[in-house]
This record gives sequence, C-alpha cells and structure tokens, in this order.
Amino acid sequence: MRHTKKDWLLAGLTGISLAVILLLLAVLLGQIVWHGAPVISAEFLTEKPGADMISGGIWPAIYGTVFMTLLMTLAGVPVGIATAIFLSEYASPRSRIAKLVRIAVNNLAGVPSIVFGLFGLGFFIIFVGGSMDALFYDDPRPVWGKPSILWASLTLAVLTLPVVIVTTEEALRTVPRELRDASLALGATRFQTVYKIVLPNAKGGILTGVILAVSRGAGEVAPIIFCGAANFLPYLPTDLRDMFMHLGYHVYALATQSPNVDAARPTLFGTVLVLLVLTFSLNLLAVIIRARSRAALRP
Amino acid sequence: MTEQVLDAGEHHAPAANSGRRITVRPHRARSGLASSFKTPLWHRVAERTIAVLALAAIAAIALIFIFIAREAVPMFWEVEFAEEVEIRDLFFAKEWNGYDEPVFIWQPVGEPAKFNVVPLFVGSLKVTLLAMLMSVPLGIGCAMFIALYAPRAVREVVKPVIELLAGIPSVVLGFFALMVLASWAQATFGFHFRLNAVVAAIGLALTIVPVIFTIAEDAIQSVPQTLNEAALALGARKYQVALRVVLPAALPGIAAGVVLGFGRAIGETMIVLMASGNAAIMELFDFTTSVRTVTATIAAELGEVAQGDAHWRVLFLLGVMLFAVTFVLNIVGDLAIQRLQKKLTAES
Repeated sequence: MRHTKKDWLLAGLTGISLAVILLLLAVLLGQIVWHGAPVISAEFLTEKPGADMISGGIWPAIYGTVFMTLLMTLAGVPVGIATAIFLSEYASPRSRIAKLVRIAVNNLAGVPSIVFGLFGLGFFIIFVGGSMDALFYDDPRPVWGKPSILWASLTLAVLTLPVVIVTTEEALRTVPRELRDASLALGATRFQTVYKIVLPNAKGGILTGVILAVSRGAGEVAPIIFCGAANFLPYLPTDLRDMFMHLGYHVYALATQSPNVDAARPTLFGTVLVLLVLTFSLNLLAVIIRARSRAALRP
Repeated sequence: MTEQVLDAGEHHAPAANSGRRITVRPHRARSGLASSFKTPLWHRVAERTIAVLALAAIAAIALIFIFIAREAVPMFWEVEFAEEVEIRDLFFAKEWNGYDEPVFIWQPVGEPAKFNVVPLFVGSLKVTLLAMLMSVPLGIGCAMFIALYAPRAVREVVKPVIELLAGIPSVVLGFFALMVLASWAQATFGFHFRLNAVVAAIGLALTIVPVIFTIAEDAIQSVPQTLNEAALALGARKYQVALRVVLPAALPGIAAGVVLGFGRAIGETMIVLMASGNAAIMELFDFTTSVRTVTATIAAELGEVAQGDAHWRVLFLLGVMLFAVTFVLNIVGDLAIQRLQKKLTAES
C-alpha cells in the first residue's frame, strides 16, 4: 500500500507519544538504579536504621513489608479465588447475584487507596478492634483498637481483592469448556469438576493473578498511613498487634518529614531501589509463570 | 442421594452455554446412576463456603461506605461540632474577621478553624485535569501506534513494558516527581514554586497512561477487521481508516479508559501528597502554584487529629465525597465499555 504524507504524520505523532512514555520510564528507572545501587550493601539490607533514620540500614522496613504482604495474601487471596470460582463456575452471567458481585468488584477496584485507609481506621481499628477491647478487656488502654500490622494487612487484603478476582476469573475462563463437559458427562459433580479439572488447568493463570495482586498490595502506602505503619521502630514486629516499618512508608516519611532531605538522599534512593526490586521481581515472576502456563495449555 | 448443586448453578446452568444447541444438564441426566455415589460432606461445605465468600466484594463496598459515613455524619446533629463549625461554611464562601470579602479557606489549625472544602476540590480538579491533558493524548497515541502501526515484535516488547509502568508503586512515582522532576522542571520552566500542580500532574500522568493505554488498545483491537478491510477496499488511505473508521468504532472504549483514568487520578494520593507542595490556595487558573488536593489533605492531616473532633468529621466527609465521585465515574466507565461490546457484537 502507498503511504501518503498524512500517513507518516499520524504514525510519527503516535510513535512520538510512545517514545515520550518510554523515555520517562527509562529516566525514572535509570535515576533510581544510578543513585540507588551504590547505597546497597549487606549492612544496608540487614541493619536497623540509626536514630536519625538516615544512617544504618532498612532491615525492619524490609521485614515489615514482607510480613505484612504475607498476612495480606493469607487473608485476601482465598476469598478472591472463591469469588472467581463462584462467578465463573456456578453463577450464570445473567443471574442478579452475579451481576451485583461484578458491579461491586468493578467499583471496589476504583475506590481510591486513601479511602481504604479511612475504611481500615473506621472499620477495623475503631469498630472491630474497639469492640474486641470493650468485650474482652477492662483496661482503658486499647489492646486491639489501635493501628497494627494485622489491621493494615486486612485493609490491603480488601484493596487487592478485586485484582485477585478479575485475574483468577480470566484464568478460569481460559480452561476449555469441553473439559468441563467431559468431566460432567463422566458423572463428576460440579464441585469435583472444579476441583479436579478446572483448578489444576487454571493453576498457572491463578498464580499469575495472585502474584500481581500481591505486588500491587506490597507497594501501596496511602491505606496504611493510619492503619499500622510506623515512622521508626527499633524492633521487629513479632505480634499481630505490633506496628511495623514499611519500605514505601519509609520513603514517604523520609522524603517529606526529614529535617535534612539532602543528607537523606542516598538512603532514600537505596530504599526506593529495594522496593522497586521487590515489586518488579514479583511482576517478573508473574510474567514467567503466565508464559509457562500458556505454553502448557497449547495442544 | 443425588448431588447438591448450588442454587444459582442449578437454575441457570443451561443459560451459561446459551449460544450452543446442545446443552449439558448433568444433574438431570445422571440422577439414576448417582444414587450409588455419596457426595463427601466437605464438597458440600466447600460449595456453601464459596457461595458465602463470593459476597465479600458486595459486603466490602457496603462496609466501606457505612463505616466512613459513620465517622462523618454525626456532624449534622452533634452539639460540639455545631459549636465549632457551621455546615454551611464547609461549602460556601464566608467573610471571616479580617477579610473584606467572602472567601473560600481551608485552614484547620487557624483560630477559628476554617474548613471550606472548595479549595481542596479545586486543587484536585486542577491537578487531575492537567494530568489528563498530558495522559489522554499520550495514552491514546501509544495505543494507536501499537494497534495500527507497530510491528509485532515491537508490540510484544512494549505491552509488558507499559504493564511494568503500571506496576510501579505510586510512592515511587511521587518520590521521582519530588526528587528528580521537580528540580528539572524548575530549571527548565523557571517555576516560582519548586513543587506545584504541573510537577504533580506529570507524576500523575505516569500512573494514568497505562490505564488509558490498556483500555484504548483493547478497544481498538476489538474493532472487527472487516470494517478495516471494507474501508481499504473502498479506496481509503490508512490514516483515513484509522481516524474515521477505527477510532470512531472504538470511541466508547476509549471514553471508558478516559473516565476510569480520571477516577484513578482524582483518587491518587501519594504522588500529589509528595509533589504538589500542599498549599491550600484558592487559585483557579495559575497552574504553577502549589496545590492541596482532597486525598493529600486526608493523608496529611488525619494522623494529627483526635477521634471525634470537628476536623476528624470533616476529613471523613471528604472521604465520603471522594468515594461518591469515584463510584459514579466507575459506573459511567463500565456502562461505556458494555455499550462498546454491544455495539461491536451487533455490527459483526
């Protein structure tokens, strides 16, 4: 086909917009790796921060982030997978309940992260925690009704729920209908079909979705500002009721509240690099698993 | 006994494959054989559990609304609140002592405290609109290039790279805007304030571009190839096909991407909190001044406020309003996507 000037113009303009985005991304990653990499050392990764928060390492923040992420996964992922199984395997797309669930999932995905923070504070800490204190403890000091790693994890579990649901449902849909029909025709119950046929075949896709959701939750800061993240903690959280340090929150606190931001620069870039490596390696893992499971599904 | 299938599944199972002539109705066809087979108890328990857990998303939406509103609404009857703040002053300008005209002011630590939410929403809208002005053309441009012009190899590389961009935590983008972009922008454009609406908007645009790109690219790809070919066969040039056939057909999907991107931008917290400067100035048209958004206000101030204070209630009210705005935007975006799907399936 012949291309006229206008063809080249349109291709050029759209190509430039792609170039702008790729350039910004390259600058972002380049800056962070360039300034962050020299800071990374064994001490930086394994030591506690000094009292000024600038010297020393970031181990409590790494530990807190991983601990919180694990709790969040345990709480949120089973619920998300169950919802996806219900939507894809049990409910008809036309049933009212399935429609309602779908609307709720879509809207949940769009709720701003700071609103989840308010929800965690108003529901988990004040209502659930406060009620537990009122029921079981006479002590006027709050035991459960205060910010803690448990409430932060549960809040983030709700935040990541829609991601788990949507990606798991997609994974379940990639399992060919014929497999289900064959299983049912052989006399298996619907649950046996789900459990023995659909889930094993969708395993890779589900895992991909779970990892993507987890990586999203690991990097969220806004919801945990009031729900349990601590500016500075000299000890590691051992109890569900402890507060915790978090890589993302550490970056926020250090970058905006430090009396001497210039002195904090290297620590900041190092912390951002660690956070990025953590989320990217999760994303990369997801991409690899997805590629493998797609290859496995091909006949 | 025969197997117990969930209610929803039992009534609607045939509807799921309505597109086919042959439908499978396992529980009817098999009832004679199954009498020798006993479903394990845990299967039935698991099915019930799945059905209950599936309601979690609905419960979550309801609980979010109820428990944020619960902290906000006592402002309408509490005496303590009425003593400190008049509800009217939250939304309308007032001539405070020392001012010669009615003004909109957010000054929660002032004496008396002034809680007018208008400057915050103006701030949010300013940053969001500016970010949309940057990200809509960029996102749609990228999507068109990838869907219409890019060779397959480029597409296979670029799509994961943009997904990578979507996977960057917003606190990292905020940090990038604060530490790198702000200094660069000040040196290049000579801004009076280092942190301002423009810097925050650039950071924000980086989070919205992937949203718009993904949805727009999907929409463009889902336009039937037959439309394309028909236009080419009639002698249209490639750019004419792109602009007059593909783009109009994909428009509802692109619009949905823009609406959802807008919702994402107005709710984004960490980037604006770190890079916008956070001064609550009522300034409509100057984009180089520092701004304070609704989200940043909640994030920055709630930690300092005692539970049940007037200030506390107002911050939760901001949360309710933010929730309502994004809820409406989401519904509109979803409807647009559904319309696109209907339109395209009807045409093809």
